[in-house]
Amino acid sequence: MQLKPLKRRKAMAHQQVKFYQTGTLTVGNRLLDAENRTVQGTMDRSNSLDSGHRACQGCGEALGARYAIDTAMRATDNKLIACNATGCLEVFTTPYPETSWTIPWIHSLFGNAAAIGTGVAAAMKVKGREDVRVIAQGGDGGTTDIGFGCLSGMFERNDDVLYICYDNQGYMNTGVQRSSATPGGARTATTMPVGPEPGADFDKGKNVPLIAMAHEIPYVATASIDRLHDLEAKVKKAMSIRGARYIQIFVPCPLGWGSAPAQTVNLARLAVESGIYPLFEGENGEITSTTKIRRKVPVEDYLKPQRRFAHVLKNPAQLSAVQEIADRNIRKFGLLEE
Amino acid sequence: MLKQIEGSHGVAEAVALCRPEVICAYPITPQTHIVEDLGALVKSGKIENCEYINVESEFAALSVGIGSSAAGARTYTATASQGMLFMAEAVYNASGLGLPIVMTVGNRSIGAPINIWNDQSDSMSMRDAGWIQLFVEDNQQAVDMHIQAFKIAEALSLPVMVCMDGFILTHAIEGIDVPDQKQVDKFLPPFVPRQVLDPEDPVSIGAMVGPEAFTEVRYIAHKKQKEALDLIPQINEDFKQIFGRDSGGLISTTNTEDADTVVVTLGSVIGTIEEAIDEQDEKIGALTIRSFRPFPLEQIRSALKDAKRVVVFEKCFAVGIGGIVANNVRMAMSGTNIPVYEVIAGLGGRPITRKSLHKLFKDAVKDNLEDVTFMDLNKDVVDRELEREHKLIQAGSVAENILRDGGVVNAAKTT
Amino acid sequence: MFQVRIHGRGGQGVVSAAEILSVAAFIEGKHSQAVPSFGSERMGAPVVAFCRIDDKPIKLREPILEPDALIVQDPTLFNAIDVFAGLSKNGYLLINSKRSIGELGIADAIHLPDDKVRLVPATEIALKHIKRPLPNAVLLGALAATTGVIKIDSVIEAIASKFPGKVGELNIQAAEAAYKLIKQNNQEELTC
Repeated sequence: MQLKPLKRRKAMAHQQVKFYQTGTLTVGNRLLDAENRTVQGTMDRSNSLDSGHRACQGCGEALGARYAIDTAMRATDNKLIACNATGCLEVFTTPYPETSWTIPWIHSLFGNAAAIGTGVAAAMKVKGREDVRVIAQGGDGGTTDIGFGCLSGMFERNDDVLYICYDNQGYMNTGVQRSSATPGGARTATTMPVGPEPGADFDKGKNVPLIAMAHEIPYVATASIDRLHDLEAKVKKAMSIRGARYIQIFVPCPLGWGSAPAQTVNLARLAVESGIYPLFEGENGEITSTTKIRRKVPVEDYLKPQRRFAHVLKNPAQLSAVQEIADRNIRKFGLLEE
Repeated sequence: MLKQIEGSHGVAEAVALCRPEVICAYPITPQTHIVEDLGALVKSGKIENCEYINVESEFAALSVGIGSSAAGARTYTATASQGMLFMAEAVYNASGLGLPIVMTVGNRSIGAPINIWNDQSDSMSMRDAGWIQLFVEDNQQAVDMHIQAFKIAEALSLPVMVCMDGFILTHAIEGIDVPDQKQVDKFLPPFVPRQVLDPEDPVSIGAMVGPEAFTEVRYIAHKKQKEALDLIPQINEDFKQIFGRDSGGLISTTNTEDADTVVVTLGSVIGTIEEAIDEQDEKIGALTIRSFRPFPLEQIRSALKDAKRVVVFEKCFAVGIGGIVANNVRMAMSGTNIPVYEVIAGLGGRPITRKSLHKLFKDAVKDNLEDVTFMDLNKDVVDRELEREHKLIQAGSVAENILRDGGVVNAAKTT
Repeated sequence: MFQVRIHGRGGQGVVSAAEILSVAAFIEGKHSQAVPSFGSERMGAPVVAFCRIDDKPIKLREPILEPDALIVQDPTLFNAIDVFAGLSKNGYLLINSKRSIGELGIADAIHLPDDKVRLVPATEIALKHIKRPLPNAVLLGALAATTGVIKIDSVIEAIASKFPGKVGELNIQAAEAAYKLIKQNNQEELTC
């Protein structure tokens, strides 16, 4: 199946528009320097993930992927190959005979996205085409669980691959089952709360960004779709570095989390502002930046809009446990310090 | 150039001559010497323009290979036994995606119980995965068939596994005529992928195919393998022209034209079988299957049509039903009334000796064989273990009981 | 066809011995096949290796059950496994030992004429020349002298090709020493 070559869209004439200041959180593009503006604001964005895909209304992953990949395309002068794990992103973008990807893209298996990335990068090296960069991507299931071996192998060899994990904290495409990224207390189809028993256990789970840090790879970052400039800056930074890199993006899933589609970005913000999802960057095993919380919120604000946490809110011990996780993150990463 | 070298080393040299671009290495007995030699060849610069990657598992080995092949690089890996199963998902994926990866299988049994010695269970476990499966009889063929394998794979855009008996061939040192680079370059042109990941011309590879199209996609895979039935002999002819040897093709026969009894087998055991046949007086022919997938139904039927009986000799079996190769041969013989006897031998590396073969031949020519024979089966040990199991609920592990019954020294003596 | 079976323990170069022997035969334009019969890598475990030599291509792949020559690199194996199984009545036996057949306690196990049995102090010869107790090359020199199935010059060339440099030179010296020793013994036996 051959698609037409990537079209370069001609820039449209710019029109002067008046804006009214509505607060620093809504600054948007216009006050930023040209090179820091979002890729999505330009007509010559690559549109790697084109419209027509079948994602749910309010899908955080579709939003995150679109921003991340278009940024990577800009950073690599449109020379990028994407290797996708099985999962929502793969399924909703490539219902045969259609595809939403306008870039070279391969889906192999659930657990080998990182290894496919390794292979593609090796081929580019051998062919003298190291200007072509490689992204391997998948959801938390395909990354933290079944793809973990290949991920660690790619890290350890320092292969020139950026791995992006879209973290919606569960196996969503198969019907919302628990993964090792599912947070304590969350209801999933395989961690149902019963009586006083919580949904997912609190004493389990895996922190892949910290595991990536332990591999001392050149670049690790966590990001959230509530702050897309930050996400783009991190992807851009990652693409300026050679070797194994990892970015984990927090992407709410309305269907899996039982939240309203319109709440997706807000939930992502509340996760960061409550301390539940710390945002940081690290290089070669050392943390190089953390995002301070601007206006701390109690975890209840984050949990309330999600039916997956309904029983937690009714259970003081579980609620405490969630708050404890947020507080520990704030302490560990210094999220409230000056 | 004629050299006295280890089979594994010959294979490494053959692969090197094919100018591989990406080699994925994960060690497993008995293929280790192949990946070790290739590592040394790449590092020393004897193989140029090649990325040699030490991966973390066989699943990673073939997955990395899928990535590099899809991106247009000539890709090679090797495995055996447990490793084959560990990469099983990727094995199906590689053929489903139509990627011309070449993989050596150092045939070894599959556990439990764990066993490192030769039989052909590992290749057989993947016989339905859509790969081309070629079996070699000696190390000269091992060298030659790897060179042919790249050409076959790239012509069809299908992965090929070259199967060679572990230890018996991989670790045997014998005379091998290793081709020179000029000959190989003449025979094997650079890899031109059917489909490739390229920013200049983007494609999406690996879409989900639903009920409306899946059957057609799978049918085409089947048809492609059938195409290989013509292509494999053709490429063997091309090989003969340049290298002067008949190393491949679909089958090879010895004295099948006027033999009442024909032995059918795969791999290195044919050497011992032919020696045993020569030592006795009955008219026994031999047919060696070189291409197991695609399975040459017509060629086998044609070669066996005048036999009075066929004895299929295989180093594998399907638990609960019997011989695997035998059942494939029966398909070829369907409609004829020629009996096909199954002889299962050499499992887990048990040596196949002329002495046992002579006994078998004597029974075979008189139609005195069971439908299924497990050659050299120690019936006493088996009966004792079955009795033990019958009497005790907690009879213990079968494997450990049998080893203890026979004694460790006893077990060593069968080697 | 001439079939040689070599017994020893892991770490004594049994597999290399079979390989070198096969290369020596190859150098003489013969067909040869060397195969180890072993399992996982383990120092000290009993190891067997086979080498077949013939003027025509070798198709046989079974283990060597009826050796024409048996080399025993480690006499402690006599208690562990049936080393002599299948040894042809006209076969040769070379044992790495300073002691006699009687002293080794195997007089009853073997029924060969004296001129077919050679006890070679291979470890001592190896220690003298190579400074390591590796008897494999030594015993190949002895095999050449005893059986004549390959020439000592071929053994020397084979050792050099597998072990280039100093290691090879020292092994060659040791092999030659054993060759000379056996030849001398043969001479003495003839004049007895």
